[in-house]
Amino acid sequence: MRLADSLWVESKIALRFLGDNPLQMLLIITGIGVGAAVIVFITALITGLQANIIDRTLGSQAHIRFEAPEAYNRVSQTPPDTVALISETHRPQRLQSIINWQQVLAVLDQQPELLAVSPMVTGPALARRGVARSSVVLVGIEPERYLQIVRVDENMVEGRFRTGAGETVIGAELARVLGLTLGDKLIVDAGFGGEKNLQIGGIFSLGVREADERFVYVGLKETQALLDLPGGVTIIDARVTDLFQANAIARRLSTLTGLKAESWMETNAELLNALRSQSMSTQMIRIFVGVSVAFGIASVLAVSVVQRTREIGILRAMGSSRPQILRVFLLQGGILGFLGSLAGSAAGYGLVQVFNIFGPKLFYIPVDPWLGPSAIALATVTGVLSAAVPARRAAHLDPAVAIRYV
Amino acid sequence: MSELKTDPKLAEEVLRLQGLRKSYHTGTPLEVEILHGLDLTLSRGELAALVGPSGSGKSTLLNVIGLLDSATSGELFLLGEATSVMDDEARTRARNESIGFVFQFHHLISAFTVLENVLMPLMIRSGKPSKAHVEHALSLLRAVGLHDFANKKTNLISGGQQQRVAIARALVTEPALLLADEPTGNLDTETAADVFELFRRFNREIGCAVLAVTHDPRLSASCDRTISLVDGRITGDQMRQIIA
Repeated sequence: MRLADSLWVESKIALRFLGDNPLQMLLIITGIGVGAAVIVFITALITGLQANIIDRTLGSQAHIRFEAPEAYNRVSQTPPDTVALISETHRPQRLQSIINWQQVLAVLDQQPELLAVSPMVTGPALARRGVARSSVVLVGIEPERYLQIVRVDENMVEGRFRTGAGETVIGAELARVLGLTLGDKLIVDAGFGGEKNLQIGGIFSLGVREADERFVYVGLKETQALLDLPGGVTIIDARVTDLFQANAIARRLSTLTGLKAESWMETNAELLNALRSQSMSTQMIRIFVGVSVAFGIASVLAVSVVQRTREIGILRAMGSSRPQILRVFLLQGGILGFLGSLAGSAAGYGLVQVFNIFGPKLFYIPVDPWLGPSAIALATVTGVLSAAVPARRAAHLDPAVAIRYV
Repeated sequence: MSELKTDPKLAEEVLRLQGLRKSYHTGTPLEVEILHGLDLTLSRGELAALVGPSGSGKSTLLNVIGLLDSATSGELFLLGEATSVMDDEARTRARNESIGFVFQFHHLISAFTVLENVLMPLMIRSGKPSKAHVEHALSLLRAVGLHDFANKKTNLISGGQQQRVAIARALVTEPALLLADEPTGNLDTETAADVFELFRRFNREIGCAVLAVTHDPRLSASCDRTISLVDGRITGDQMRQIIA
């Protein structure tokens, strides 16, 4: 007999055996469903949460930041077999421009892994309005490039994102501390003997305290003048196509350009570590829920084998082979896993929707269309695997003994 | 080989036991022999009753003949083929194709309807039943008088009806050998006589050999042949001419 024909009768028997005991089936399917719902919900929740955290973190910073290599002391060569005792004072790191930054920019522009590249000149300064002072970070940018890296223009509280020609954009927190509103004047001094009067053209709020309190966006040329770096650029920011490849891309481009390259994964090592631990604990929950579901299926089928002993015996007497009996019970496991996870996935999606609509609205959980189907596929396979032990027992029943089983 | 097959005498032989022994280990070093070297031949069209007191080994013998259990030594030929050399797969196939079983308790599968139960041996053999299979099963149900119950669940019909369904199921593959283990033991006298009548009828119509274990002397008296088994030995084998 062809396997397809054999499977036809086996699945018929499996379905009837399950359907013959509706209460037992309902109970186990509910059990599997609860497990599947927990897995689907927790996976969607954690994936959504992590995407949200990464999104927020990277909303105000670049994926990769290129800087000029740090200055260091060169130690002169000593003759061989000489022991040199060196007392070294580390060199102060002054603001310095990236050498040939225009050429470097052209090279980076051509990298397929980079979505956007933005040159900046940045340094510390003191902002003043009347008697109020605040230490700030001057960020000199070319707006059309910079906005492809950090979407400040989408987070404006007042005014527009416009720099150059004496205009500046500052954070909402800085505006509050210095009592500034649109059109007000702000004096900045970077300590190089010149200060500049800037007009507030816009106020932003990125939701990151550091940025909202300190960032002062100014035109590239004006900042170069303030920081005494005419024509220079201290930083090149880049946005990558694949977030989690940022480290590898940074390494490669660092070698290519000779610049110091730091990816967001290094800058946010703590965060990444936390996310990894979170993923690991989610994984543990999923595994344990999966294992308990598997044991549930196995125990129900073990009971079913005992209940069906006589019928297994008569099927064997009528000419069912051991592999057929084995498959009847494997199929039952698969069917239970499939139906249970189908119900569970639907419930999980429902929970996600409830969270999105009625929850604390801290963040939105996006629903991955593949999550349900993959959970169902996995549960079906788990069902088949957990049926293995009871199915083997059923297949190895002695038909002569099984028929007389009461 | 072809000579063997064309020999009409051999072609008629359904079952032959040669020095068949069966023993069980009841825990080392004890070994209990149940069947002590049986010799027996059963031909096509024979209706034989197997009688004997409880514990004489009737059920064990039926299990061995039905290939549900294997002999410890000796040989069992089914349709001329030695069964001791068959593997589990071949024995399973032989059960499906050549043997029908009817047990004391009907042993229908409650999750299936009457018709599906009758079709089960054919479905096990070749998957989804063809129209011809269904027709054949329905005609058997008509023959046992249960045509109208075809789509009923088996637990909704009486004991006698269930046993008749079991007979239809045993015969659906048109086996060469029909084995019955006290098929009427659980039925009242009148129903028992009806059911046994079915055995006789199918025995005549299909021509299969029937070996029925029974305690009922009236039933054994109506068989062509009565084989007595006492303490695992055949103590009597009487042929009888039944006047129809």
